[in-house]
Amino acid sequence: MLLARVLGNVVATQKNQRYDDARIMLVQPINPDGSIRGASLLALDSVDSGEGDIVIVVQEGWSASTASTGEPGAAIDSAIIGVVDFIEEV
Amino acid sequence: MQLARVIGNVVSTVKNSALVSRKLLIIQSIDGGLRDVGKPLVAVDSVGAGVGELVFWCRGKEASFPFEGSDVPTDCTIVGIVDSEAHVRSIAL
Repeated sequence: MLLARVLGNVVATQKNQRYDDARIMLVQPINPDGSIRGASLLALDSVDSGEGDIVIVVQEGWSASTASTGEPGAAIDSAIIGVVDFIEEV
Repeated sequence: MQLARVIGNVVSTVKNSALVSRKLLIIQSIDGGLRDVGKPLVAVDSVGAGVGELVFWCRGKEASFPFEGSDVPTDCTIVGIVDSEAHVRSIAL
């Protein structure tokens, strides 16, 4: 999974119906030390994460779709599955 | 999923039969700051997107799920149209 910071969200009225009551979050992947890691991407929220939170993102379809909509088989490839309290790197 | 701008379309008559009547668009992925990311891709449309629009797309096997049961060969499908650029809310990093 990826660590990422939640930057905000995206509003899209016209979309695949499996996205209907999902929150489409804009997240920026980061390394454990907080540095930027690649391009920002979209992930569906499943843990009520908010702007500024550091979160855990899964990028596999079955897990992302199940975590964010309760069922697999949707055109979803990324989901936020946890809000991070703190990161301890030894 | 990834944000992208639709920058063109592709017409193909000799193609996999499951792609018949599907719109093929050229998309340029962008980040939260609407800056280009990577290189353009060919995407299958599933929500009525057109050239110039701000969209987001799904990759991998899941990209074929909007076309349930019709075995559309795609690893890149547009699954949403962003209402406007202003609807991409992002704090500065």
